[in-house]
Amino acid sequence: MSFSVLAQSDISDAANTATAVLFYLFAIMAGGSAICVAVSRNIVRTAVALLFTLTGVAGLYFLLNAEFLAAVQLVVYAGGTLILIIFGVMLTSKSPFSRFEAKLGEVVIAMSLACVLLFALVMGIVRTTFATDEFPTGNYPIDRLGQVLLGDYLVPFEVVSVLLLAVMIGAAYLAKGRRREGEEGAARSGSLSRQAREWS
Amino acid sequence: MLAGIQFGIIGLQHYLVLAALLFVCGLATILVKRNAIGILMGVELVLNAANVNLVAFNRFAHGGGAGPALKLDGQVFAIFVIVLAAAEAAVALAIFLNFYNNFSTIDVERAQNLRG
Repeated sequence: MSFSVLAQSDISDAANTATAVLFYLFAIMAGGSAICVAVSRNIVRTAVALLFTLTGVAGLYFLLNAEFLAAVQLVVYAGGTLILIIFGVMLTSKSPFSRFEAKLGEVVIAMSLACVLLFALVMGIVRTTFATDEFPTGNYPIDRLGQVLLGDYLVPFEVVSVLLLAVMIGAAYLAKGRRREGEEGAARSGSLSRQAREWS
Repeated sequence: MLAGIQFGIIGLQHYLVLAALLFVCGLATILVKRNAIGILMGVELVLNAANVNLVAFNRFAHGGGAGPALKLDGQVFAIFVIVLAAAEAAVALAIFLNFYNNFSTIDVERAQNLRG
């Protein structure tokens, strides 16, 4: 009896140590690259640092037993949104290394505000005693997540689908632009005139 | 200062401190960057910090249970936040492309046409 209890506590100790090591690994990955995002002057480096932040947060979701959410984070955020952002970077800069420096005063104000806010938040978190569970639930089955998503949260789910449709139409309309029609017309008339010249 | 936190056993407060760091980094990014896409990246960081908070609270402070009693509100909210962040990034990038077509730059300081 005592042996089994001892073995169990050993196993839980090992699990705690492994969880702690993985947590600090992912936390350093996410937090360090988040700091890189804030201080980097190069927009491409900022995008790469953001990729590491998102991956680290996905690892934290794995540690929190939210496997589906971690997969969604990797696929949608790191695979979709970040590619979209990198395409935006490439489309909106003549050279990918163009940089606009913020004024020194702005940087000082922003950094001091951030430090004060971080200090306040950390002190608040450390000094608060949260009513946490002694033994958190082991795992969250994905079928349960699907039932909740299509049961309790059916109306938000449908509203989000309508929103995605509206966003798709709106983004396509906005990105197409009105100037494009004129350019197409000019190109067509140019090719027509060239054809006419060749024929004559 | 950190007396309330045990370093060996990972609890709710570790995740909250990390989320606070992510949030502050995102806020500093929004304030410092003059590239509009950099500001968008700061917004993504802030949303990620909120997501970490939601999932951590769902794991540690939601009153566990099995079967139908299992609460998943935090994770569902996080999924909705991810969807909305993707939609927001798409629309924001379309607007930035229009801005770039009109002004030939992505510097937000140049967007001053509506200043009185």
